[in-house]
Amino acid sequence: MTSVIEQQLQIPTGTWTADPVHSSVGFEVKYLGVATFTGELTSFQATLADGELTGTAEVSSIEVKDENLKAHLQAPEFFDAERHPVVRFSGTAAAPGRFEGEITIKGVTKPATLEGEITGPVTDPYGNERYGLSLRTVVDRTAFGLNWNAPLPGGGFALADDVTLKAELSLVKAA
Amino acid sequence: MRILAISGSLRRGSHNASLLRAAGELLPPTDELVVWDGLRDVPPYDEDDDGEPAPAPVAALRDAVAAADAVLIATPEYNHSIPGALKNALDWASRPLATNVFRNKPVAVIGSSTGMFGAVWAQAELRKVLAAMGARVADVELAVGHAADKFDGEGAVTDDSLRDQLEDALTTLRAEVAPVLVERRLVFGESPLDDGAREDADEPALLDDRNPLEVALL
Repeated sequence: MTSVIEQQLQIPTGTWTADPVHSSVGFEVKYLGVATFTGELTSFQATLADGELTGTAEVSSIEVKDENLKAHLQAPEFFDAERHPVVRFSGTAAAPGRFEGEITIKGVTKPATLEGEITGPVTDPYGNERYGLSLRTVVDRTAFGLNWNAPLPGGGFALADDVTLKAELSLVKAA
Repeated sequence: MRILAISGSLRRGSHNASLLRAAGELLPPTDELVVWDGLRDVPPYDEDDDGEPAPAPVAALRDAVAAADAVLIATPEYNHSIPGALKNALDWASRPLATNVFRNKPVAVIGSSTGMFGAVWAQAELRKVLAAMGARVADVELAVGHAADKFDGEGAVTDDSLRDQLEDALTTLRAEVAPVLVERRLVFGESPLDDGAREDADEPALLDDRNPLEVALL
């Protein structure tokens, strides 16, 4: 038998926090104009409290598959983790699966709307009620001072300006 | 505060070395400028020799950078680019890349030449290289052209406006030796500090004379 979890039409009331193991926060950006490069921020927290969504993630927890690239992303010409160790979002549910608020990266705060869907509730095997929240937004990284790029021999640049930020959250009702 | 000074010129009577000496004289008594004079001794980069222990001149360079709060580099320009000896030394210092001693290190690049452009292209390329190494490249532009007219026979600066520009460059570099935020310590539990407020402050709020990296690890 297949069980289908319906997309929700209502934002749940109460306080819900992201289960860090079964949730993820990451980014996608076109590299060399063709394929999409992805990375994750493995240390984060997110809370949905009566329609107010807040989340922070540690820049030092960015994981990519090469240690030198990882170090480059931490450097002053990229995220500058030493001075700006955290990225954050805070916003309000404007509709189910739509949060309007602000995102802060490298000390720069800009309006942002996260869009996606909320699913649930379900009751997990441990008796906890859960919702799923799948959200994304696109930001122009240069608006936040992440300006690094490299010209390509055939014209154009190595790294796209538009970056998709993604959050896949498994929310558990706070005790 | 300790500022390590590196001249990209090996020449006796180098204008860039003179520029660095002049910078040292402009620093407040709380700060010291330490000139690194080991450039000539650094061997050509060879990955076969890039292990532990590092060649002694390379180890000395890495130690000097690590011990400094900031680095001031004065470079001439050879064939529109960075002098080979200087680039070679930075290539050694950049290893291993992910953890090299220049990572997050505030660095200012200045330069002089006897021509009219003051080594601007060498400086631009040097800033690119340093940023790629992970250095905190200060927003400093000081291109001293016609260098032979700016110093006397002893290498002392004879141009007052140059002295002012040098002082501005040092102020900008010293401001980069800012406190590393304790924001990350506060993230999970307390309200993070406001980045904007901190950056606008004239004086680093949390700062003292400790190495910022050490502060970060508290």
